[in-house]
Amino acid sequence: MSKLALRNLFHDKVRLAVTLTGVVFALILMVIQFGLFLGFLETSGNVVEHSGIDLWITAPGIPHVNGGSPIPERRRYKAMAAEGVDLVKPYAFLFANWKLPSGAQEAVQVVGFDVDSRLGAPWDIAEGSIDDLRGADTVLIDEHYKKKLGVKGIGDTAEINGHRARVVGFTRGVLSFTTAPYVYASFKNSLDYVQLTEKDTIFFAVRVKPGFNRQQVKAAVQANVHGVDVYTNEEMLDKTRSYWVISTGAGVTTLMGAVLGLLVGMVVVAQTIYAATVDHLREYGTLKAMGANNAYLYRVILQQALLSALMGYVLAMGVSWFVVEGSKSGDAVILMPPAMIAAVFVLALVMCAGASILSIRKATRIDPAMVFRA
Amino acid sequence: MSVILQIRDLYKTYGEGASAVHAVNGVTLDVKRGELLVLMGPSGSGKTTLLSMMGCILRASTGSICVEGMETTGLAESHLPKVRLEHFGFIFQGFNLFPALTSLENVEIALDLKKIRGSRARQRALELLTQVGLTDKAHEFPENLSGGQKQRIAIARALAGDPHIVLADEPTAALDSASGRKVLEILHELTREQNRAVVVVTHDPRVLDYADRIVKLEDGRVAEEIVCSAMKEVVS
Ligand SMILES: Nc1ncnc2c1ncn2[C@@H]1O[C@H](COP(=O)(O)OP(=O)(O)OP(=O)(O)O)[C@@H](O)[C@H]1O
Ligand SMILES: [Mg+2]
Repeated sequence: MSKLALRNLFHDKVRLAVTLTGVVFALILMVIQFGLFLGFLETSGNVVEHSGIDLWITAPGIPHVNGGSPIPERRRYKAMAAEGVDLVKPYAFLFANWKLPSGAQEAVQVVGFDVDSRLGAPWDIAEGSIDDLRGADTVLIDEHYKKKLGVKGIGDTAEINGHRARVVGFTRGVLSFTTAPYVYASFKNSLDYVQLTEKDTIFFAVRVKPGFNRQQVKAAVQANVHGVDVYTNEEMLDKTRSYWVISTGAGVTTLMGAVLGLLVGMVVVAQTIYAATVDHLREYGTLKAMGANNAYLYRVILQQALLSALMGYVLAMGVSWFVVEGSKSGDAVILMPPAMIAAVFVLALVMCAGASILSIRKATRIDPAMVFRA
Repeated sequence: MSVILQIRDLYKTYGEGASAVHAVNGVTLDVKRGELLVLMGPSGSGKTTLLSMMGCILRASTGSICVEGMETTGLAESHLPKVRLEHFGFIFQGFNLFPALTSLENVEIALDLKKIRGSRARQRALELLTQVGLTDKAHEFPENLSGGQKQRIAIARALAGDPHIVLADEPTAALDSASGRKVLEILHELTREQNRAVVVVTHDPRVLDYADRIVKLEDGRVAEEIVCSAMKEVVS
C-alpha cells in the first residue's frame, strides 16, 4: 500500500467526506432501486412460484393469476381422468374486504387451498400450522401485515366480506406486491370469504404423477377438459410476472428506476473519483518529474480509488441494511440477496477503478508549466 | 571541470504556422560538474522551457542533449522517468511538496522511487534533513512550515536520489530575503562540497553572489554569457 495514496485520502477530511458521500449515495441508490425491482419480481409471482402446483386449470383467457374467474367444479372429474394426473384440487385466489374490529377496511387477497394435499399452501410458517386451518373460520396471515390488518396475535378476529375470520397463525415472508396482503384459508372456508358457491372454483391445482412429463400431461388435460386453459406452473409464473412487470408498466418503471440508479450512480462515482484525482494532479506531475514511471502513478491512483470504493461500499451496505430493515414495516418490498451484495461490491470496485483510470490519462502527461507554476 | 550536460542547437517550438512560438530558438550550452549556472532573462524568454528540456521533462523539437554522455533526445518516452530519477533533482518555485506527507516522508518518497525503503530510507532521509538544517521539523506537515523551510525540505527531497544535476526554477521567488539567501547558500554548497552541477533559473540578484556563470536568454536565444569572478578564480 502506498503511503502517499493512504495519506492523500485521509489528509483532507472534507475531501474524503465529499468523495465518500458521493460513492455511498451512488451505491445506496443502486442497491435500493435494484432491491425494489428484485422485490417486485419476487413478490409479483411468489404465490405461483412457491405453490407446489404442477398444472393450473383456469377459466379461458385469464390475464394472470390474480385475475382468475369461476369455473364449474364438476370439470374436475374430466381432468382427473387425463393420463398422468395424480391429484386435482380446487384453488381460489380473489380480492376481498378485510374489516378490522375498529371498523377500518383493508383490501386483501384470499387464497383458498386444499389443506390435505397442501397444493398452493403458504411456503413458510412463523407461528401456528397449516393444519390449524381445518377449524371453522380460520385464516393465516403474514406476520409482516399484523399492524396493517390490526392483528396482535393468534386468536384475534376480523370480518372478511361480512364473514368471521379468526387468525390461527402467521406466515413468514409471504408478501404481496400490491397493497392487498394475502389471507390463507382452506378452500372450503374461503368460499364464504370470496362469495363463491360450492359448485365453482377459480382454479384447479393439478399434481402430476411422478415420472410423467408436465407438458404431455398438460396436453392430455387440455384434450379432456373443454372450456378451460391449462398452464404449467412455469407458464403461469411467466404469465403473471410479465403481466405485472411489463404490461402494467409498474415493473418497467421500477426497472427504469434501477437502471437510472445505476447510471446516476456511475456518473456520481466517476465524477467524485475523477475530482479527487484531478485535485492531486500537480502532485502526480511532481512525482513524474521526480522520476516516477506510469506504473508507480497508476498504483497510487488506483489504490486511492479502490480504498475509497471499499470504504464507500461498507458504509453504503450499512445504510442500505437499515433502509431494507425499515422498509419491512412498509408496503414496498426491497430485497438485498447475497448475489446483489456481491455484485455491488464488484461494481463499486470497477466503477472507482474505471473512473480513476479515466483521470489517470490526465496525470500521466506532465505539463512542465503545471509543475513549475508557482 | 568536466561537462555533465551538453546542449547543442536546441529548439522548441510550440504550436504551428502563424501562431508558432519559438520558445527555445537554437541554444548551445555546456553545464559542468561543480558549477552553479544561472539562467536569467525576461519573462517569456524560454528559461523554463530550456530547463524542462534539460531535465527530460519536455521533449525538444530538434537538437541534442547529452546527459553524462548519454543522448536523451532520441529516447522513448517510457525511458525518460528513469533518466530523471538517476540524473536529476528538481526544485520548484512553488515547492511542490506533498501536503499529506511530513517533511521526513516527503524525502522518503523520493527514496522510495529509488527502491530505498524501511530503516535505510529513514536514516538517509534524516541525514538529508540534517544537511538542510531541519531535523527538528522532520514530523511537521508542509502547511506548518515557512516558505524557506519548505524549500529546504524540497532541496533535501531533490537530493534524495543523489543526482549529479540539480535543476531549480525560481527557487527563491516566493521567499523573503533571509530564507532566499539560506536556500542559495545550500545550493552553492552542493556545487562546492558535493561537486554537483546546479542550474538555477532566477530573476533574483542575490544569486549573483553565488553564481559561477550567468547565461542570459532573450527570445529563446543565448544573448550573453558572463563568467563570474568567483569562477575565474577557481579556473585560473
Ligand atoms: N505549453 C505551451 N504552449 C504554448 N506556448 C508556450 C507553452 N509554454 C510556454 N510557452 C511560450 O513559450 C515562451 C517561453 O516560455 P517560458 O515559460 O519558457 O518562459 P520563461 O522564460 O520561463 O518565462 P517566465 O520568466 O515568465 O517564467 C513564452 O512565449 C510562452 O508563452
Ligand atoms: Mg519560467
